[in-house]
Amino acid sequence: MTLSQFFFFYNAIVIISTALLMVTRKSPVHSVIFMLIMFFHVAGLYLFLNAEFVAALQVIVYAGAILVLFLFVIFLLNLKVDRLERQSIANWPTAAVLSVAMFTVIAMATSGMQVGPGKYSIESLNRSFGIEGSSHIKAVGVLLYTKYIFPFEAASLILLVAMIGAIVLAKKSR
Amino acid sequence: MTKEIYSLILTLIPALPLLGFAVNITLGRKFIRDKAHFIGITMVLASWILALIAFREVYHGNIFDGDLYTWISSGGFVVSVGFLVDQLTAVMLIVVTTVSLLVHIYSVGYMHGEAGFYRFFAYLNLFTFSMLMLIMGNNFLQLYFGWEAVGLCSYFLIGYYYEKKSASDAGKKAFIVNRFGDFGFGLGVILIFLTLGTLNYADAFSNADILVGQSINVLGNNMTMPTLIALLLFCGAVGKSAQLPLHVWLPDAMEGPTPVSALIHAATMVTAGVFMVARCAPIFNLSPAAMSVVAVTGAVTALFAGTIALVQRDIKRIIAYSTVSQLGYMVLACGVGAYSAGIFHLFTHAFFKALLFLGAGSVMHAMGGELDIFKMGGLKKYMPVTYWTFLLASFSIAGFPLMAGFFSKDEILWLAFASGTSVGKFVWVLGVITALLTAFYSFRIVFLTFHGEFRGTDDQKHHLHESPLTMTVPLVLLAIGAVGAGWFGIPGHSAFGHFMEPLLGKPEVHASHAAEYGLMALAFVLFAAGYLGAKHLYLKRLDIPKKLSENYSIIYDLLWNKYFVDEIYNALVIRPTLWVANSVIVGITDGRIIEGIVNGVPKGIGRTGGILRKLQGGKTHSYGAFMGYAFLFLLAIVFIWY
Amino acid sequence: MVPLDWYIWLASALFCIGVFGFLSRRNIIIMLMSIELMLNAVNISLVAFSHYMNDIRGHIMVFFIITVAAAEAAIGLAIIIAMFRNNDTTNVDEMTELKG
Repeated sequence: MTLSQFFFFYNAIVIISTALLMVTRKSPVHSVIFMLIMFFHVAGLYLFLNAEFVAALQVIVYAGAILVLFLFVIFLLNLKVDRLERQSIANWPTAAVLSVAMFTVIAMATSGMQVGPGKYSIESLNRSFGIEGSSHIKAVGVLLYTKYIFPFEAASLILLVAMIGAIVLAKKSR
Repeated sequence: MTKEIYSLILTLIPALPLLGFAVNITLGRKFIRDKAHFIGITMVLASWILALIAFREVYHGNIFDGDLYTWISSGGFVVSVGFLVDQLTAVMLIVVTTVSLLVHIYSVGYMHGEAGFYRFFAYLNLFTFSMLMLIMGNNFLQLYFGWEAVGLCSYFLIGYYYEKKSASDAGKKAFIVNRFGDFGFGLGVILIFLTLGTLNYADAFSNADILVGQSINVLGNNMTMPTLIALLLFCGAVGKSAQLPLHVWLPDAMEGPTPVSALIHAATMVTAGVFMVARCAPIFNLSPAAMSVVAVTGAVTALFAGTIALVQRDIKRIIAYSTVSQLGYMVLACGVGAYSAGIFHLFTHAFFKALLFLGAGSVMHAMGGELDIFKMGGLKKYMPVTYWTFLLASFSIAGFPLMAGFFSKDEILWLAFASGTSVGKFVWVLGVITALLTAFYSFRIVFLTFHGEFRGTDDQKHHLHESPLTMTVPLVLLAIGAVGAGWFGIPGHSAFGHFMEPLLGKPEVHASHAAEYGLMALAFVLFAAGYLGAKHLYLKRLDIPKKLSENYSIIYDLLWNKYFVDEIYNALVIRPTLWVANSVIVGITDGRIIEGIVNGVPKGIGRTGGILRKLQGGKTHSYGAFMGYAFLFLLAIVFIWY
Repeated sequence: MVPLDWYIWLASALFCIGVFGFLSRRNIIIMLMSIELMLNAVNISLVAFSHYMNDIRGHIMVFFIITVAAAEAAIGLAIIIAMFRNNDTTNVDEMTELKG
């Protein structure tokens, strides 16, 4: 098997296993740790898909911000882990069956897909915007600031709302 | 004068009373109150003057037939608001505006002090407008509009004392009974449109010949088209002109104030039926069968009402039955083809009947509202003007020679006798008997009311007085008409007939001139018999009527109860209809179906909501599970489909 | 050469694990983490598609998804804090007041 396949398998297996572990741990802190490992390996997967910028984004935002947020909340709530208490609902086999069924259907539906090249490839962007050299972040930046400027600004508004909302909701009322 | 100015004048004739109505009804209660008569009288006075101008134009041969503006234009159906002012319209204009004006003046005195003074004048103006639109229209739709509008005003005015149950009931009765006739009338108008393609008089009548030969199957019988149309149109006349069997509303309509009775139920509205038959003469002429029906209906009505009038005690009711009877004469005349004579009788009748009603109103005014003539008597020395005008009107209606009623009634009877139609002689016999009865009951009123001893209470005796000038002047003016109007129609040199000839033609005469004079003599004999009979029975020997009523009590009861027509209608028509309405419509349709839907739909929604709300249990996992299952289901469908 | 199918299978497996985690855990924080898992699965599939279709717009979408996921995680955790103050538990079975 080629190198790329090997790296894919490595990342894929770690992702799947850490994900499974994550949803089955009793202690939330353990789950968060496994989530961290998973995020790193997803970023690795991105690297192999020529998406360096997204990989960096994944690590910085997901692993660096969201995960840390989860950790802070867990510490803030001071969640004690009760060894005797069940951590999953009684009906978890049904959920397992449902998720397996879902996986089967999706896999069957999407396998054997043929995709063709689109008109927003890095090369075509280079040609239309005349960018020297082809780097992923440049391409993303070019598109983001010209064609998708409106969603970009909207996203900043969403973040503003999230900030204010989080403060307002979590404030300790006197 | 130019066509534009004439057109403007004609527009103003109905428009001014309408304006008077609008002003009085909106501002009347708060601002105008008891000065309402100024507006009402001014508008009708202006209309009267303009009507005289219009009459002069028509007299000089200037017939106006023009549209004012297009009212409906829908595909092939075009109807305009327009005026047709020919000889017939001109005569009706004179009648309507003159009587309306005099009634308006009379009402100032009669309705003095009433709470709804402004309302009365508003409705009188509205009625004048409606009647004018009816007679001036140049198409059937405008006729129908005026027809319904005068019915509506009649309802308003009969039920003027709306707080009295009998009055509001009478108003309802008038409107509903008229609806029966109007239903047939409406069908007739629709049929005219379907066969002739137009509702305009000129177009319809000039093409009326195409109806000949067309026949239609009605309930298994083959009927010619002109007959069907004519009969349907006549339905309207039966209702509006109170012919048998739809005459029942007119006597009850006496619940309204007396000026209303004089204007609407003597001179104008009830004559709309006769006017319509005369206007549609081209169609009626095409159907001898329908004309026979018309003539017989008129004659039978005349006799029927005349017999009832013999025994009534209420002064207004006697005059009401007399009106029904005289309307029967007019309808009879149209039925034998003597349209001109019928309109002439309409013309003279307007004067003496309005006079009789207004005189009765004057008597009621003096007697404090008393209506029973057996409780009156000897009033002639207290109310001379009323007495003399009433007497003149009675002579006129009874057919005293040289008075208006003599000429007009005689003309009808002569033309019926000489008409040569199959029913001519039959209706003549009925008309002759009715003439005798007319003379009798008219003088019955005179002798019981004005002659002899006063039979009322002492309290009433103290209040007896002649009516004010606003009431007596119209009486005098009408008396002039009641006497003099006949001179327009002297047999042989009838100015009236000559005037109407271009429009209504000359009826056929199948008898000799000698017969004409013989009939005139017969008329005088009938008058004398009626007069002397009434004088003997009601002036000299009052015990005879009492003994007759006891000896022939079956006949007396039949006549006193108006042949039980109201009771028959009540049992045959009203009770079943009410039963159907209450048990079927209210019970089933309204109660079960509509209530079921209106109540059931919200209940159903409530029940569905009650079921659906159980889906939301509050547990997040169940929501997630639902989402998961739905997603899986949709995925599977998409996967299977594609 | 890694075929596209493998990435799709990986992404759908990750997604289904996220679904399983959401439906079977009682701790609300773990449920939120499962949601992040599902979002990541979508991101993987998007980047894979954009790589194989040579279309940069997939990455743009991923950019926005990450942004919105961050915002949503912040708000969600703030709500959990608020609810924890009321109910003193992170057990989602005990937060059932919004019922029909």
